[in-house]
Amino acid sequence: MTHSQSGRFAIVGVGTTEYGAFPHRDDYGLAAEAFAHAVGDCGIDKREIDGLLISRLPHHARTAETIGIEPRWTLQLPGHGRMSGIGIVEAMAALDAGLCNYAVLLYANIGRSRRVHYGGDEDPGFWDPWGFTSMGGIHAMMFREHMERYGTTTEQLAEVPVAFRHHASLNPGAVMRRPMTIEDHELSRPICEPLRLFDYCLINDGAVCLILTTTERARDLKKKPVRILGTGAQESLRHSSYPEMDFWYEPTRLAGESARGQAGVTHDDIDALMAYDNFAPTVLFSLEGLGFCPRGEAGRFVEGGTLQLGGRLPTNTDGGHLSNSYMQGWALNVEAVRQLRGEGGDRQVADCRIVQYVQSTPCTRSIIYAID
Amino acid sequence: MTLSASAPLRRPEPKITPLSAPFWEMANDRTLATPLCNACGQRHFPPGPVCPECLSTDLGWSPVSGRARLVSWVVFHQVYWEDVREDVPYLVATVDLEEGVRLITNLAGAAAEAPVHGMALTVTFVENMSGQLLPVFEAA
Repeated sequence: MTHSQSGRFAIVGVGTTEYGAFPHRDDYGLAAEAFAHAVGDCGIDKREIDGLLISRLPHHARTAETIGIEPRWTLQLPGHGRMSGIGIVEAMAALDAGLCNYAVLLYANIGRSRRVHYGGDEDPGFWDPWGFTSMGGIHAMMFREHMERYGTTTEQLAEVPVAFRHHASLNPGAVMRRPMTIEDHELSRPICEPLRLFDYCLINDGAVCLILTTTERARDLKKKPVRILGTGAQESLRHSSYPEMDFWYEPTRLAGESARGQAGVTHDDIDALMAYDNFAPTVLFSLEGLGFCPRGEAGRFVEGGTLQLGGRLPTNTDGGHLSNSYMQGWALNVEAVRQLRGEGGDRQVADCRIVQYVQSTPCTRSIIYAID
Repeated sequence: MTLSASAPLRRPEPKITPLSAPFWEMANDRTLATPLCNACGQRHFPPGPVCPECLSTDLGWSPVSGRARLVSWVVFHQVYWEDVREDVPYLVATVDLEEGVRLITNLAGAAAEAPVHGMALTVTFVENMSGQLLPVFEAA
């Protein structure tokens, strides 16, 4: 038996901390701050909260103790990227099954102050003896293949970080706000060629909180609910020791098709895109998989500011992982909510009614949000 | 400065486990081999505890021809291990073996200086700092 979840669940509250380097704070303190902001954002009585999902925080029990809640549904996801999309879909399923009425999703990252490097002995793998390591190395390998197969250039790739930096320059909370040009990108130092420094996400501290409930319960809360119209999911795990040389095309295509189908929308209805951007090439892969451009043509598609505010498809309007904050997808979902509510300030997308989130990753998810 | 894999290769030492030991022992005999399922005949890589196709534990090791095609490559400038510093920058490649198995490896000789997408490669072996032979690839 299947039944539709479309439009029946909503994000009602969002909260974020400052982003940066906070060596004197801990995970729970950051999470508590984001939680307090989210509670204030929707005006919920905290005693009503009966669901808790955490990611990257060390322990669910200490999290609940810290913020003083007693849930009847709890789920702890690992601290990997891309758990945000998974977490939101799981929370919807829990609400749908009646396992909780109000789900709090909490994420905190203190990787900057802990000096996390994302490669080498921190993350041992079978290919270390040949010197192959890091998520950046994997994305570099994929992007070289994209260049060879389709003629994509690093100047085209530069459009992604340049657009996101422009958005960050309009976002007072973003970590990296100094404007960047395509030439700046081309002159930045190579990390793992063909990728350069500005193709890599930031590593910074911060926390994010989302509160989800049913659309019906959402009516009693402070702000207009941001409804989840559709979701889609497809993993690509079977050969996970290798870079995914098909650019997550098929999983992204399937997730996008599912999300659009449930939502009853077409590409033209999407006012803004939030695309998981741990590395710049993923954004190109996302555009192709979702079908915003034909396969292999994302390089040409993004030329001339397509992804910038005022362009054809404003993308990562907060600055994304590349320039706003490395909150592993969580902050991009908050940005979707803020754009739909019209809280985008200088970076507001005009007449923003429908926003799509996508993470083209080994765990691909897409979510389509709307406001009435 | 050369991107070619030349001895002694400054790379992290393999962490040899019961599952991977045959790979490294055979490499020292200048043989490139992968696990092969005796039940269904499928190869898989990296070595796992069961055949991922049929779940049989009846696995053996079988040499491959060493012929491969170049799929993609990157050049590391970032130093992720102190031991590797003197070899930076270095090239890492993805290659597809004739037998349908994909490997991450290094390139030697002209292939490293001028890699071409799809070029024909053949396996060769280069010593790392401890004398372990590593399978790498050169132009066929």
